[in-house]
Amino acid sequence: MLNSDKNWGFLLGYRLYVLAFFVFLAAPLVAAGTFAFNDSLFPALPWQGFTLDWFFNDSEPKLGVFHDRRLLRGVYYSFVIAALVSTLSVAVGTSNAFLFVRHDFPAKNVLYIVMVLPLVIPGVILGISILLLASSVANTLDDGYGIDIGFLRPGIFLVVMGQFSFITTITSLVVTARLRKFDRALEEAALNLGASRARVLATVTLPFLRPAMIAAGIVAFLVSFENFNTTLFLVGSESPLTITMFDRMAKAGSTPVLNAMSFLLILGSGGLALLSVLVQRDRTPE
Amino acid sequence: MNSSPDYDLECRNVCKTFGPIRAVDDVSFEIPSGSFFSILGPSGCGKTTLMRMIAGFEDPSSGDIQIKGRSVVAVPPNRRNVKMVFQHLALFPMMNVYENIAYGLRCNGVGKAEIGRRVNDVLERIALPDVGEREIHQLSGGQKQRIAIARCMVLDPDVLLLDEPLGALDLKLREAMKIELKLLQHQFNTTFVYITHDQSEALVMSDHVAVMNQGRFEQIGTPQQLYHNPASAFVAGFVGDANRWAGRVVDVDADYVRVEMDAGLVATAAVGAGQSLRPGDPVEVFVRPEFIRAERTGGAPEAGGDTLAGVVDSLLFNGANSRVLVRSDRSELIEADVTLTGGPDDLKPGEAVRLSWSADQAKCFAAGADKP
Amino acid sequence: MTQKDIRRLSLILLFAPFALWIVLLIVLPHIGMGVIALREKVAPRVYEFGFGNFIDFAQEPIYWNTLLRTGSMSLLVTALALVIGFPIAYYIAKIAGRRSRGALFLICLIPLWVSDLIRAFGWILLLRETGVISSTLQAIGLIDGPVEMLYNDVTVVVGLVYTVILFMIVPLVSTLDGMDNAMIEAGYNLGGSGLTVLRRIIIPYAMPGIVAGCIIVFMLTAGSYLTPILLGGKYSSWFTETIYEQFITRYNWEAGAAFGFLLLIFTSAVVWIGLRLSGQTLAATVAKS
Repeated sequence: MLNSDKNWGFLLGYRLYVLAFFVFLAAPLVAAGTFAFNDSLFPALPWQGFTLDWFFNDSEPKLGVFHDRRLLRGVYYSFVIAALVSTLSVAVGTSNAFLFVRHDFPAKNVLYIVMVLPLVIPGVILGISILLLASSVANTLDDGYGIDIGFLRPGIFLVVMGQFSFITTITSLVVTARLRKFDRALEEAALNLGASRARVLATVTLPFLRPAMIAAGIVAFLVSFENFNTTLFLVGSESPLTITMFDRMAKAGSTPVLNAMSFLLILGSGGLALLSVLVQRDRTPE
Repeated sequence: MNSSPDYDLECRNVCKTFGPIRAVDDVSFEIPSGSFFSILGPSGCGKTTLMRMIAGFEDPSSGDIQIKGRSVVAVPPNRRNVKMVFQHLALFPMMNVYENIAYGLRCNGVGKAEIGRRVNDVLERIALPDVGEREIHQLSGGQKQRIAIARCMVLDPDVLLLDEPLGALDLKLREAMKIELKLLQHQFNTTFVYITHDQSEALVMSDHVAVMNQGRFEQIGTPQQLYHNPASAFVAGFVGDANRWAGRVVDVDADYVRVEMDAGLVATAAVGAGQSLRPGDPVEVFVRPEFIRAERTGGAPEAGGDTLAGVVDSLLFNGANSRVLVRSDRSELIEADVTLTGGPDDLKPGEAVRLSWSADQAKCFAAGADKP
Repeated sequence: MTQKDIRRLSLILLFAPFALWIVLLIVLPHIGMGVIALREKVAPRVYEFGFGNFIDFAQEPIYWNTLLRTGSMSLLVTALALVIGFPIAYYIAKIAGRRSRGALFLICLIPLWVSDLIRAFGWILLLRETGVISSTLQAIGLIDGPVEMLYNDVTVVVGLVYTVILFMIVPLVSTLDGMDNAMIEAGYNLGGSGLTVLRRIIIPYAMPGIVAGCIIVFMLTAGSYLTPILLGGKYSSWFTETIYEQFITRYNWEAGAAFGFLLLIFTSAVVWIGLRLSGQTLAATVAKS
């Protein structure tokens, strides 16, 4: 594309720009991560020696990540929420993919845009709106009929619903993209060979979709785990990790235990992201 | 009740309309057991639709389809004993060769040991005994063909449908596969129904061929019948090569007519099957290149035939199928078969020649809506 | 059951989860939010229909100033993300070799999956008074005392650009990836300079990706909460903070709902104007991304 002789200098400058960009991308993450190993009560310079205390130590004032009860509880809740959200959203997302790829119905194009909308609506708005609806329903039932529906109050159920509302769009798009590439002749061949429709789905179509469904599940898990804006309005007494960490951060003078947590999160997210890309790679040449 | 148990497949007045379009228009035929039957026609003539109806992926708008004497129109596609080799083969990429072939057997609840026996048996019959463990993408084009056929044949179908399976292969492989398919059909002794737009495939492999155009069967017959006794202008033009001249009937005499061509020549032609022509009718005359003799001016004309004078325009060398293109004095280009030995007697461009042919080989049909 | 019946049944079965999801979690909540936004508290537990909340908003300059500020800074962030991100996307899609392309794309994804929180945390560590950059500059001797680089607008913009730029790069990469190199080569072949090819061939082709990226980035920025608060301090004046305040601090849900609605309308209006100006339609953009 670029005429290599003439533009050698330009290309070099370009590459430097790209390099600078990736350094810029990495800088805060590196900063957050490395201070986890600094033997100091504050995540700041000067460097006072390498230590793993912030991970493993079990006594104040240097309480390590693996012994910090509140942080660990946050991790647990985040895990539970993310697992629920990712399972639900992959299921509904796959159903949506079949709906839009295999069927025609009135207003299909409009409804497709409606499906994509939750991604564009600010997370705060999603959180607020669901909070308002759930509270109104709960209050009406409580005041009017004396029925107290616990799960409509801020808590894990609402957090799951709030995150599910927009993560389903992501999973739908991922699975739809894969389903579009499916050659329907394979299904007809399976029918022709005597398979029932359920069997065709299970042995031919879903195996084809499996990489996309797994990747969508991983993406859903990650997005749910790190979500803040929507969760903020829906959280009850059992708060996931992001909310817990935010509370800590807002208090001045947090210890590097947060850095240790950050380091683990960076590793974990990076690993899962890598996995999702590997799973989606087509191993058979078409 | 069994009406025609000698026929593996029978269609009676099958029609299929998509809105205002008649894709298949009143098609009827029977295919005897164990024969190779081709449906030949250009793209869009309805052959794929017909095949899909036989397989069960479309329902006919009207008419009946019978397999081994029993109507199958109400039977869903996964219960018919008609197996299909798809155009792009549709081998399952997530399974290896063994699992592909075993798929249909598994659906029928056949036991593991029995499956193993039958799969290996059919792999032997297609001469690929060791490929069971291979993945689909590791196979060559010809091997994939045979696996696709084996996958169907292992189920012992009444009828095997083949949807233009040779299209994706290159020429040499295609030629080899034509012979292989014919041999496979003999070996399994199953009725093959083969659809294609390539007339050489249909002629080489089939016991019977149906020529289809715009939803209708124009003619059903043996390859020889179609080639030498076409029943319509479409068949005459579609099957094999032919010179094609438009003209008007001047005189009618029993089975022959005198036609005045637009090109100026007046010639005698045999009346095509089923035609009744009168003076003044616009017609088309078809003469195959192999029946036109091209000689340097000076020899004796063919007895009972017509002649045309012209100049050699160019020579098309193609080994045994060489042709000479002759330009008549009315500027029409006519093709005639010729043998080019490479010696001094060969015709050369610019030479004056005389073309001659017998009236029996000139078929005349009424001009009309028969453009392929 | 005929084939037609089977298809009808499966359509209904597939439509149900979709409908439930959209209606219960998107449509009804937003309608509810609108209804509550239009409620005025007349007396304890007594409500009346009225535009009071919106009037309050209009009459209090700090509110609509915040909204405008949020909007204009978001536009700035979007423009910066586009200008900075486009060359990166182009590099990944067109110039990098096959193997490095996968690796680069992956490196781009990783910060995306790590929370906003951690990224903002990292910036705080770098930029605050006792942070890395300040300490390093002091150690080198470039400055005399610690310098506070947080809590100003520039930092907030930089932080926001950092947070959203990957959402600009990803759609751009996929659009540019689909571009046939032959088009670019033809442009050069017919005598175009680098700038001409960029202006007349690459950018028009990539326009759907650009528009999609800009819409996503703008909405993300305007709706951002963590980055402006953490990097800008308590007085960063970001509209989401105003909304949070109404809900949690003042417990004025009606006002909060009204403000939420205003944010939604405002950002949608900006997006709509942007689409009109660039001549794209929403349907085409969604279809291509």
